Amino acid sequence: MNTFKNNIKILPLVLMVLGIIGLAISFSSAPSSTEEVEQILASQHHGGHGASHGDAHAADHDSHGDAHKAESHHAAHGEDAHGHNTHEVTVQDEAHTEHEKHLHHVLHQLQNKPWAALYVAAFFFFMIALGVLVFYAIQFAAQAGWSPLLFRVMEAITAYLLPGGIIVFIILALSGFHLNHLFVWMDSEVVAHDELLQGKQGWLNVPAFLIRAALYLIAWNVYRHFAVKFSRKQDEEPAGNVWYKKSFKAAAVFLVVFIYSESMMSWDWIMSFDPHWFSTLFGWYVFASMFVSGITVIALTTIFLKSKGYLAKVNNSHLHDLAKFMFGISIFWTYLWFSQFMLIWYSDIPEEVTYFVTRINDYTLPFFGMVALNLVFPLLVLMNSDFKRINFIIVTVGIVILIGHYIDIYNMVMPATVGVSWSIGLPEISAVALFLGLFIFVVTKALTKADLEPSGNPYLEESKHFHY
Amino acid sequence: MASKVAHAYYLDDEVLMDAVKACKKKHYHIEDVYTPFPVHGLDKVLGLPHTRLAICAFIYGLIGLTVATTMMNFIMIEDWPQNIGGKPSFSYIENLPSFIPIMFELTVFFAAHLMVITFYMRSKLWPFKKAENPNERTTDDLFCIELDASHVEESELDAFLKLTGAEEVNFKNQ
Repeated sequence: MNTFKNNIKILPLVLMVLGIIGLAISFSSAPSSTEEVEQILASQHHGGHGASHGDAHAADHDSHGDAHKAESHHAAHGEDAHGHNTHEVTVQDEAHTEHEKHLHHVLHQLQNKPWAALYVAAFFFFMIALGVLVFYAIQFAAQAGWSPLLFRVMEAITAYLLPGGIIVFIILALSGFHLNHLFVWMDSEVVAHDELLQGKQGWLNVPAFLIRAALYLIAWNVYRHFAVKFSRKQDEEPAGNVWYKKSFKAAAVFLVVFIYSESMMSWDWIMSFDPHWFSTLFGWYVFASMFVSGITVIALTTIFLKSKGYLAKVNNSHLHDLAKFMFGISIFWTYLWFSQFMLIWYSDIPEEVTYFVTRINDYTLPFFGMVALNLVFPLLVLMNSDFKRINFIIVTVGIVILIGHYIDIYNMVMPATVGVSWSIGLPEISAVALFLGLFIFVVTKALTKADLEPSGNPYLEESKHFHY
Repeated sequence: MASKVAHAYYLDDEVLMDAVKACKKKHYHIEDVYTPFPVHGLDKVLGLPHTRLAICAFIYGLIGLTVATTMMNFIMIEDWPQNIGGKPSFSYIENLPSFIPIMFELTVFFAAHLMVITFYMRSKLWPFKKAENPNERTTDDLFCIELDASHVEESELDAFLKLTGAEEVNFKNQ
C-alpha cells in the first residue's frame, strides 16, 4: 500500500550488518583467561586515565599504588601486588590470592560485557514496542477522541513486540542454560553459599523464570494480535461498531493483566540482576521508562511519516498532545526514580543502599547524566507551549529522551553484570545498531501493510477536527 | 465603547465557534464572548494575544523554590543544625534529597496561589463584585457573542446572526 524509498529499506540492513559484525568482534575478543585480563588491565593502566572505562579502575589502582609506594616504585597493579620489596612470604601469598580473585572477577565482568550490551539493547527496543502497546490500549480503554489518526502508527510500532520478545526470551533462555552468566542467582555454586538466594529459590529458579517469561510474552502478543485484527475489521465493517466494542473490552482486560505482568517482568528480567536488593515500586519505574520511550517513538515516527507526505490529516495539535505526554511522563519517570532513591538514601540500610552506592561511585556520569537527559532537558525545552508543536524541537528532545532511557536501562543492568568494567564501546553501540536496524525494518514493513488512516473508527471525525 | 451592541445567544460551543468565525469573516466587531465554561480554541479564533500568565507562573515557581531553599537552609542547617537520616553533615547540598519534596511543594504552592491571585486581579474580580455579563444565563447554559452594532443595520445583523445559529438576538443601547 504505502511504499518507502530504497534508502529506508537499506538503512536498517546496513545497521543490522554493522551491528552483527561489531558484536561478533566483541564476543570473540572477550578475554578467556586471567592472563589476558592481566594484559588488558596493564595496557589500560598504561594507556592513561582518560578512558571512561578505566576511571574506576584507575582510582582503584592508584590507591593500591599509594599503599605500596614506600616499598615499590612500580605503579602498575600487577607488579605492585607481587611486590618485589615485600619481605614476608605470607603477605606476598595473601596479595597474590587477592590479585587472582580480582583477575577472576574482572574476567567474568569482561566475559559478561558483550552479553549485557546485547541484553540492554534487546530489552530497550522491546520495551519501546511494549510501551506503545500500552499507550494504544489506553486510547481504546479511555475512548480517546484525539488519537485514532495515529492508531496505524502505533499498530506498526507494536509489530516489533513479537520478534523483540522472542529475542529477549532467547537471551534469557541462554542465561538459563548457563551460556552466559548475566544472572548471578542462576549459578548453583553461588546459591549454595547464599542463604538469601536459597530463600528466594521458590521464585528465582530457572524453569519458573522461563515459564513466567513465556507467559508474559504470550499474553502481550495475544492482545497485540487481536487488537490489530479488531482494528482492521472495524474498517471493513464499521456498522454498529461491533469490532470497536471488542477492541474496547480487549484493551480493558489487557491493561489489568499488563500492570501485574509488567511488574513481575521487571522483577524477573531486571531487578533479579541484583538478587539481594528489592524495591517495591520497581515495576512502575520500569513502566515509566517504557511508556515515555514508546510515546517518544510514536512522535518521531509520526513526524517522519508526515515529512514523507503521509498522514495528511494529522495536524500539529496531535503532535502537541504527544509532546505533552513526553513532557508529562518524563516528569512522572523522575518522580518514581526519585521516590525510589530518596527513601533508600534516607534510611541508609546497608543491604538496600548498596544498590545506589555502586551506581553513584562506579557509574557517576551515567547515573547523574541520565537525570539531566531524562528530566532537566525535556523539562526546560518542552515547558514552552509553542515548542511542543515544532518538529525540530520534538525530534531533538525525543532523541535525547531515548538516549537517556537507554542509559537508564544500562544503569539497571550493568552494575550487577559488568561492575566497574563498564564502558560504552563497540559491543554497546553494535548491539544498539543491530536492534535499531531490526526495529526500523520491522516497523517500516508493518507500516506498509495497511492504510495509514483508519476509516471505521467511530472517533475518526473528532480526531480529524482535533484542535487545541 | 460602542453606543449600541447586539447580544447573540447560542446553545452549543461548536455552533458558537463557527459563528465567531463567520462574524470575523464579515468583519463585524466582536466586543466580547461570554461562555459558561472555557471553550478550547476560542481565544485563537478571536485573535486574542497569548496569555502572559504562564510567564508569571514560572517566575512565581522560582520564588517558591527560593523561599523553600532559604527557609529550610535557615531552619535545618543554620539556626538549629539537624542530624538528617543519621548523616550529620550539616550541609544543605549533601542532604539535598530530603529537601527536594518541600522544594517541589512550595514551588507548586507559590505558582498556583499567586497565579490565581494574579488572574483575579488582572480580570478585575474581587468579592462582592457585581457581575458584568449581559445575561446571567451565560453562567448556566448559554453562550453569548457581544457585537458592536452602532454602524450596522439592525435587521441585517439580526438576520445574519440567526443564520449562524443564534437562538436569540437582542440589541441594547449603552
